[in-house]
Parts: sequence; structure tokens; C-alpha cells
Amino acid sequence: MKPLLARLLLAPSVTLLLLWMIVPLSMTIYFSSIRYNLLYPGENEFIGLLNFEFFVTDPAFIPSVINTLILVGSVLFITVVLGIALATMVNAAFWGRGIVRVLLISPFFIMPTVNALVWKNMMMHPVYGVFAWISTTLGFEPIDWFSEFPLFSIILMVAWQWLPFAVLVFVTALQSLDQEQQEAARIDGATGWDVFKHLTIAHLSRPIAVVIMIETIFLLSIFAEIFVTTGGGPGYDTTNLAFLVFSQALMQYDVGVASAGGLFAVVLANIVSLFLVRMIGKNLDL
Amino acid sequence: MSSITRQHNIQLWVRGIFAWLVALILFFPIFWMVLTSLKTEIQAIAVPPLLFFEPTLENYSIVQERSDYFKFAMNSIITSFGSTFLGLLIAVPAAYSMAFSPTRSTRGVLLWMLSTKMLPAVGVLMPIYILFRNLGLLDTLTGLTIILTLINLPILVWMLYSYFRDIPNDILEAARLDGATVGDEIRHVVLPLGIGGIASTALLAIVLSWNEAFWSLNLTSANSGTVAAMIASYSSPEGLFWAKLSAASTLACAPIVMLGWVCQKQLVQGLTFGAVK
Repeated sequence: MKPLLARLLLAPSVTLLLLWMIVPLSMTIYFSSIRYNLLYPGENEFIGLLNFEFFVTDPAFIPSVINTLILVGSVLFITVVLGIALATMVNAAFWGRGIVRVLLISPFFIMPTVNALVWKNMMMHPVYGVFAWISTTLGFEPIDWFSEFPLFSIILMVAWQWLPFAVLVFVTALQSLDQEQQEAARIDGATGWDVFKHLTIAHLSRPIAVVIMIETIFLLSIFAEIFVTTGGGPGYDTTNLAFLVFSQALMQYDVGVASAGGLFAVVLANIVSLFLVRMIGKNLDL
Repeated sequence: MSSITRQHNIQLWVRGIFAWLVALILFFPIFWMVLTSLKTEIQAIAVPPLLFFEPTLENYSIVQERSDYFKFAMNSIITSFGSTFLGLLIAVPAAYSMAFSPTRSTRGVLLWMLSTKMLPAVGVLMPIYILFRNLGLLDTLTGLTIILTLINLPILVWMLYSYFRDIPNDILEAARLDGATVGDEIRHVVLPLGIGGIASTALLAIVLSWNEAFWSLNLTSANSGTVAAMIASYSSPEGLFWAKLSAASTLACAPIVMLGWVCQKQLVQGLTFGAVK
């Protein structure tokens, strides 16, 4: 193929993504430096870094950054650790494996808004929820999950959604694990744990990198689960950066401050993705 | 020998039972949602929860009547299929070009594309919102389709790239020697060999678009709301209408979950960009 033609075929994608990146981003930068509240049209003078000051000194700011990191970190931890554990258990021929796989992957296809509503109402409701019923049956007080452990509840919901993905990726990867190598190690006197630690984990390093990368992309911008269940509360307990920017923009109509917040989210995502791209670049042979 | 076999058998049994248990626990919320949708509102909030009851389909007809499920579903279908089609139209040539005539910058371009996916949606929400308002695209199917196309484009290019790369270059060389043009190559070699990959990519794009919530919630309302937006409207604290909520949720998820069941393997492989096989 002629180089010119190759470029021509590539051009639409690159142009669109470049536009998608540059146009809104430069507009965000511009908005973040002016006074821009939809409730006060026409008063759009330049105010320098004032919007950033407003955003950063907002009492919700620090909690939202911390919540974002806790949310991403916890879900990654839960899904990777449990995912590997489950995958090693499930990775054997047993009766009904096909059905088990189908059941396991299902939560991944449930849309976030439905996930949130089902968990909030039918699972975690303090009176009528299934969890409350289990607690009462076992003789404990039912827990009001969303007011007592709001962030944990969100983490649980999101982890439920992403665990299946991790499990299936790891199961797929384990199937290509060298069985003979494992048996050889066992014959040489390695315990099951040794084999797991030195062979399985080593074999899984690339899948782990892939799972972490894909999940992080989606987890940094968790929004619907919070929007539908807690609305960021109680207080700021479940406000993450995405939700904070949303509430500045579409609830307080302050485009300027919201843009400043958006830029902050972009910077945070870039810091995270810098690590990720390095990691994935190493682990994916291109 | 026999004791080892027996031990092995027991181990298999334990694993099997464990796997079933975990799968059933993880599936339980979905099962419960479908079950609740078949109850009356009073049965839905019974304590202890009811497992056996006379099922009713009443909730489904009420949901359809009240929030016009078919309209929202139609919007979801139009936007997810439309954006997938548009996305493939743009991504297939790009992936083809990168897979079959890579340059020194290919790797950089691929990583850069993926990095645009890490640009958080909130970072560009305001400009897009205002642009859409000024262009009259707010709450239109066209607007949402454009956005969905753009946010899924990097993943489409990546997936297609990893599938195309698996097509042996020799076949293309042979076609070229026989005097095939690029058009012939795409039509007679890449499409037939890559059709499986293209199909998986399309499926994943449909799933992602169908379940997308951030942009659908922020850019649409009555006119072009998708099922994701319809469900969110049920979160308003009007009281406990769990049976209807469950019916609406089941309707919203059923098409995609069933699609997912049919092609779970390809979807997972696709979403890991072929790095896990």
C-alpha cells in the first residue's frame, strides 16, 4: 500500500479524535478563565484563576479527590484479587461450566443505572432489602448501607459490575498456561502455593495490566451509580470528581467553576494514564 | 494410583460446586430483579422476601403505558446501532492502514488514541453542552449518536487493529501480486477474514453505547432519552414501586444481556485487545 493512501485511510480517525480532544478542551480552558454562570448571562469578563480558586476551596473538593482515588483503587483491588482467586478455582472442567460462565459474565452487561437501582432498593434497602432480611434472620440488626457505609456501598456495586470482566479475562489467560511446566514444578517438590506464586501470577502479569487499564478508564468517570443512588451524599461522602463537576455545572449553572473542575479531572486522569500507558505499552506487543 | 484419581475427582467436585456457588451469588441480583418484576407491588416489599408466588405480567404493561418503553428502546437502538455503524466506517480504514502498513509512528498513534479515552467526560461536558445547545443538538438522536461514535472510536480502532494484525500478510502480498487494488484487498481479503473480528467489535460497541449513561443523562431528556435515561427517571423518590422498577430494568437490560450471553467470549477477548488469548 502506498504511504499516502495509508495516511489517507488513517486520517478520518485521527482528525476526529484530534478535534474531539482539542476543541472542547480549549473551550474548557477558556471557560475556566472567565466568569460564566448560566443564571447571569452577559457578564463574561476575564477573571484569571478565580474559578480554580473557587473549585479548589470548595469544601467538597478534597473529599471528592480522595473519594475518586479510593473508589478506583478499591474496585481495582477487589476485582483483581477476587478475579484471580475465582479464575483459578473455576479453571477446571466441571459439570455445567458453560452455564457458570454465562451466569458469571452477566453483571457486566447490566447498565450502570439499573445496577445502582437494583442494589439500592432490592439488595441494600434497610427494611425490605435482601441483605436486611439476611441480617435479621441471622439475628443481627439490619444495616442502612447507604447512610452508614455510603462509599463502601458504591464500591460494592461497582465491583460487582466489574468482577465478571476480570474473572473472564483471567480464565481466558489461564487456559494458555503451560500445564507441563506446572506438573514439572510439582514433581520437583513445589507446593501448590509455589506454583501459584511463581508460575500463575507471572503468567497473569499481562492480563492484570490489561484489566487494570481498561477498568481504570471506566472507573475514573463513575457517574451514573452515584447520580442514581446517593446524589453524592450524605454530605460529600460519595462525591467523586465527576459528580462534583456535574453538580457545579448542571445544578449550580456555574460553567466557569465547572470547567475549572473539569480541567482538574483531566490533569488527574493524565497522571493516572501516564502510568497506565507505560505499563500497557510494555505489556502489549505492538 | 486409584487414590490419587479419587482425590483428583473430589477436588474437581469441590471446584465445580464452588464455581456454581459463586456464579449463583453473582447472578443473584439479576435473578432477583427479574423475579421482582413478576410480583405485585405488595409482594415485592414483603418481609421475608417471597420466593414463591403467582407471577403476573401486569408491571410490564404498566411500564409500557406510563413511560413508553418502546420509544426509549427505539432511541437506544437508533443511537447504539447508528454510532456503531458510523464508528466502524471510520475505524475500519484506520485499523486496516495501521495493521497492514505500519510506520514508525503507528505505536505512538495507537497509544495516543487510547489516551483520548482517558480524557474524562466531565472535563469536556460544559463545552459540548454549550456547543450542542447553540447548534440545536441538545436532546436529539443525531447529537447523542455523534458523541457515542467519538467516545467509542479509540476502542474500535484498537480492537480492529488487533484482529487485523492476525491476518497473515502473505495472503495480502499474494493478492497484490495478482494485481488486486486496495479496494479489492479490503473487499476480498480483509473483510472475509476479518469479519469475525469486525462483528465482535460491533457487538462490543453496541453494548458500550447501549449502557452508556453519562452523556445520555446529561444531553438528552424527553425527546431522545435512551433506556438508561428512562431507568434513571425511576429513581425519583415517588415511593416504593419496586415491581414496576424491576420490570422497566428487566426490559432495559434484556436485549443487551442476551446479546452478551451469545458472544461473551469474543467480547472479553475484544475488550482486552487480543492481548489475552
